[in-house]
Order: sequence, then C-alpha cells, then structure tokens
Amino acid sequence: MYVAVKGGERAIENAHRLLAHARRGDQRVPEVTLDQISEQLGLAVDRVMSEGSLYDRELAALAIKQARGDLIEAIFLVRAFRATLPRFGASEPVDTGAMRVQRRVSSTFKDIPGGQILGPTFDYTHRLLDPALAEGFVPEEPATADASPAATPRVTDILGRDGLIEPSPQAEDGVPVGDLTREPLNFPADRDLRLQNLARGDEGFLLAMGYSTQRGYGRNHPFAGEIRFGEVEVEFFAEDVGFAVPLGAIELTECQMVNQFKGSATEAPCFTRGYGLAFGQSERKTMSMALVDRALRARELGEEVLAPAQDEEFVMSHSDNVQATGFVEHLKLPHYVDFQSELGLLRKLRQEFAEANDAEPMKEAAE
Amino acid sequence: MTTIAELPPGFADKVLSAQSTFRSVMDAMARPGAVQRIVPVAGTPGAMMRGTAAIALTLFDHDTPLWLDARMSESSDVLKWLKFHTGAPVIQDSSIASFALIADAAALPSLERFALGSNEYPDRSTTLILQVEGLNAGVAFELRGPGIDGVTTLHAAIRPADLFERLRINEALFPRGIDVVLVADDAVVAIPRTTRVLSKGSR
Amino acid sequence: MAVLVQADASDIAGRLRTIALPRHDDLRLSENGLVMLRGRVGGDGAPFNLGEATVSRAAVRLATGEVGFGYTLGRDGEKARLIALCDALVQSEEFAGALEHDVIAPLRAELHARQAQRAAQTAATKVDFYTMVRGEG
Repeated sequence: MYVAVKGGERAIENAHRLLAHARRGDQRVPEVTLDQISEQLGLAVDRVMSEGSLYDRELAALAIKQARGDLIEAIFLVRAFRATLPRFGASEPVDTGAMRVQRRVSSTFKDIPGGQILGPTFDYTHRLLDPALAEGFVPEEPATADASPAATPRVTDILGRDGLIEPSPQAEDGVPVGDLTREPLNFPADRDLRLQNLARGDEGFLLAMGYSTQRGYGRNHPFAGEIRFGEVEVEFFAEDVGFAVPLGAIELTECQMVNQFKGSATEAPCFTRGYGLAFGQSERKTMSMALVDRALRARELGEEVLAPAQDEEFVMSHSDNVQATGFVEHLKLPHYVDFQSELGLLRKLRQEFAEANDAEPMKEAAE
Repeated sequence: MTTIAELPPGFADKVLSAQSTFRSVMDAMARPGAVQRIVPVAGTPGAMMRGTAAIALTLFDHDTPLWLDARMSESSDVLKWLKFHTGAPVIQDSSIASFALIADAAALPSLERFALGSNEYPDRSTTLILQVEGLNAGVAFELRGPGIDGVTTLHAAIRPADLFERLRINEALFPRGIDVVLVADDAVVAIPRTTRVLSKGSR
Repeated sequence: MAVLVQADASDIAGRLRTIALPRHDDLRLSENGLVMLRGRVGGDGAPFNLGEATVSRAAVRLATGEVGFGYTLGRDGEKARLIALCDALVQSEEFAGALEHDVIAPLRAELHARQAQRAAQTAATKVDFYTMVRGEG
C-alpha cells in the first residue's frame, strides 16, 4: 500500500545540490567534456546507446556524465529522453553484408573471403595495466596497408550456399514487425520481439545467460561463425518524400553463432544458428545475445526446455535493466505503512507463540 | 494537381499551436457537451474544417492509422496534406484505425466497424472526428456522465440524427467503446464513451 | 544526399556559401524525432526492431517552386535544413550543376578520403596466415 506523505522537499532539493557537487568532484580537476566521453570512453557510449535503445552518441555521452558514470542510470536517462520525441517511422532493414568492416573474425574458417580482420580489439592484449596511459599518452599513428576492394560476405551466407546451415527465417507477408515499445509483451513471443528485447537487454544479464548455456544449462554447442563490426548506411522510407532517403551511417556489431545441427527423416541435417546485433562496438553483448537467441529457439526446434536461458518468459521478463532497477530500487522508497502492518502481525504472532509456549510446559506438568 | 509546394500550410508555430489545440481537446474530453474553441490556424485542405485540421496536426502521427470517409478522401489534397504534415498512414480497414475523419456524417458507417478497444486495452479504440453543421444551435441534447455536473444541454445541428442512439452501444461495451469529437468550424465538443444522452428535445 | 548526411552542417554551410542562393523559405521548420532502426534476423532474414535513432528533418521551398526534403541522423536541425535546401537546388536546372560541383563533389571527396584512411588502417590488421613447415631437413 502506498500512502502519500508530505515533507522532505528541502532535504530533496539540498540532496540534489549535493549530488551536482559530488558529480563535479574536485573542482581543481578539469571538467570532463562530452567529446572526451564520446571519444575516449567510446565503448561505454556504445553500451548506453544499445541498452538505452537510442543511437545518439552525444546524448549517450551526456547521460554518462549526468549519471556520474553509472551506466544503468545513464541508460535510464536515455530511455526517458526517447519518450519525448515523435517517431517518424522505421528504417529500411540495414544490410550488414554491405558493412564497411573495421573488424571481422571467424572461428570456423581460417581463410574466408575478405580475410580475418582484427581491427581495434582487446584480444591478444596481456591485460596488464599500462602505467603509460596514466598521463599524457600519445599513441603511434596506426599502420596502414592496401585495402583490398574484395567483398566481405557473411560467413553464414557461405555456409548457406551449400545448404550446410539453416536459412534465416523470412518475413511473412502482411505481418507487421513486432515492437515491444508499442505493444506490451505477450508470451510466446516471436523471434523479432525476442531479438528486440535482447538487443536492449542488459549486457551482464545476457552474458550470464549465454555463459550458462555453455556450461550445460541449455543445449548450446556454438562456434563463432562470424563477428563483424563496422559502419552500415541507413535508409528511411519517408512518407512525405515518397521514396527512401539516406539518413547517414551507424556503427554496428553483428555476431553469427553456428550451433549444433538438426535434421530429420525428411530434412537433411544442417547447422542451426543464433544471432546478435547491437549498436557500436559491442562484441561481448552480441556474442551473448546470439547464444541466448539460439537457446530461446528451443521450442521452435523441438528441444526440451530445461534451463533458464531457454525459457523466454524468464529471459525476456528479466533482461531489461531499466525495469529491473526500477523494481529493485523501489524497495528503498518509503514502505512505512506496509512495514507497520507486517510489524503488527509479527508482534501478534509472537504474542501467540509466547502464550502457547508458556502454556505448553504447564500442560505437560499437569500430565 | 496540387504539388507539395502548394499544399495548405500546417501550424505556423508547431509547438504552441499543438499545445493550445491539445488543451482544447482535453478540456472538451473532460467537460463532455461543453463547446471549446480551437484558436490556432492552419490550412484546411478539401472538406476539412479548421478545427479538424488543427486536431489532425496535434494528435496524428506515424503511429496513428487514419480512416477517412469517402467525402473526406475524395480530395487528393487531404491525403497529401495529412501525409506531409502528420505522417499518419491512411488505411482502408476502419477496424484498426486510431482516428476516423468523417466529413459526411450522414453516411457514417456502423460504429461496430471501428476499433472498440479490448477489455485489457480499452484505449485502443477509434476516436471519431465528426464534422457537423453547428454546435451553437439546433436540437437540444441533455447529457450526463463523468465530467458533467448533473446534466448539461448541448444544442447542435448533428447528422446522423440518430448519432446518440447509435452511441448507446457504449453502455454495453464499457470499458470498451467509441469516443467522439464533434467539430463545427473552430468549435469542438467531445462525447466520450462515458457520456449518456438523457433526452432529445426539439429545436 | 548520401554524401550530405555524412558531412557536418558547418561543412555543408561553408560550401554553400560559394553559391549565390535563390530565395527560399521553410516549408516545414526543422524538427527532431526518432526513426526505429531495423536489422534482419541472421543478417538476411525477416526484419526486427533493433532500437531507435534521433533524426532531424526539414523541408525547404525555393522561390521557383522546387521543394527539397532533408532527413539526417542526429539532432542538428540546421543540418536537416541545409540538406533540404540542397535537395531543392539539385532539382533546379539553374543550380544543379553548381551544387554538384561546389558542394557535393568536394564533400564526397572528403568522405571518401576518410573512408579510405580507415580502410587502410583496418587492412593493416588483416591476418596473414602462414603454415609452419615441418619435417624438412
């Protein structure tokens, strides 16, 4: 039960003033700028854009600054902001095959058309703290090499040509693309809604869920068919213009997991797949997403649903960190009346307990 | 054929005009039967009255499918104007429309053909924007319901003549139902689904 | 327009300054909104909603009647207006040539140079596999 209680306005106002002061920190230290956050904490910005479900680097940087680096708080701020803008429509689906790739690796084939491209990655670093970064570090100019004009086709397309992997499900005519920001979630949910949910889902949650499938909670025997990161161009069919107009380019990370094969008396065996896609360079996120996407296809692929990661209601209801933090953190709001009623009940029960126990020995003695 | 460059304009000041119109529609919904004025001015394509145009610019967007009656859609200007200024999709299936624009109220289709909402989401119903002859004189309708202190009387020249009889489906449907906004030039009156007509007098 | 959407508003404005612009007015003032970005299941399958992006749009009308539309990612309304102006100019026989020559071509060259530089840096991180030769000698 919630009861309106008045008071505390001045305390709240002063707390916000103190927060602003704490956010700024020691004022002898230069203030961090949005450009600095966007350029130098780029992966935090990417995460806030992905889970805030809004592609806008500047806003994500502002949110991170305002939230003092608390990324879930920043995601919350971005989600709140997006609710203030009208929607012009939906873009044409982006073509990740035409991505200007900045990184592209496959663990399934050594020699893939277009090659293995490491790009800017933490992989192969030694994970030793680098004291040189502590101040005034100027990086070397990046090395350059002749960029081959060769295309970088998706690895899954190569497997698909020989029928070795299941084809992607195609859109059904006349069925609108599900949008969980417009329609409340119902279960069972189709794959479009599941992917939307996972794309804005908490990276830590998806990481744990994906990890659980690898450890045996859900049948997943994946290979990272391909992970690619780079720029894709976005087009939008503008109703007023009457044709698709370019909007610009965005950075995306895509992960294609290649999973255990299926087959039947009527269908030749082929690999199954899981898919991950997120804004910016979000490799861990998209890999986890692809693992969970595949696990959530249990029902569709006739697998027994035994593990949490295969349970779409469990996964989809708990993946959103804004929802989760809202419910968890609301516990710190005043529950004075609820608690009083619990306290009253508890006292009554203890009283009854004490009376019963006082009576018991006497009863025994009387026997 | 009208090109986009020749289309009637939208609001001169988008934000303030939309806010002002929203306030008028909200007041109309909160005080069923009471006449509210829509102040902001916008272009009025085809059969569209200025109140309707302002409501369109304020409430319609990409997420609100529209259904237009034959009279309203006979002018390609209306379609172009709506598309350019609101981006709202115009659809043929009235049962999934967020709004229906009715210029020829005499030919109003059966109300069951519009979206009536569901018990879980009663708001997912069609709001009828019905252009009428006048909202200052005509037949007297006694109305009551939430937002009305006792009984209020609306004098209106409304077609179809049996509109309020037809709106009685709202009684059985509640919480589902149809909300109606009557527009005559710059005057609007809302008849939300909770409003009941007690009696209909003569002129 | 694919070039303009990837340029900065200040660069577009700077290039446009070299053209004696015809009279024009705003058919629709620039406004900010959202576009839902879509991906495809598996990269090539059915579409799904990935998340939204901020978008600005505007429409500009030349005194001679041409109407241009500007749409671009981000919240820079002035950039959307400049793109709309360019879109209108490109439809005008009088200005199309100058626009291409003085605005779009140089911006395209700059865009391609940026992309080429990034591609060259990326190419340097491409793995050259070699096989260790065993069992000889």
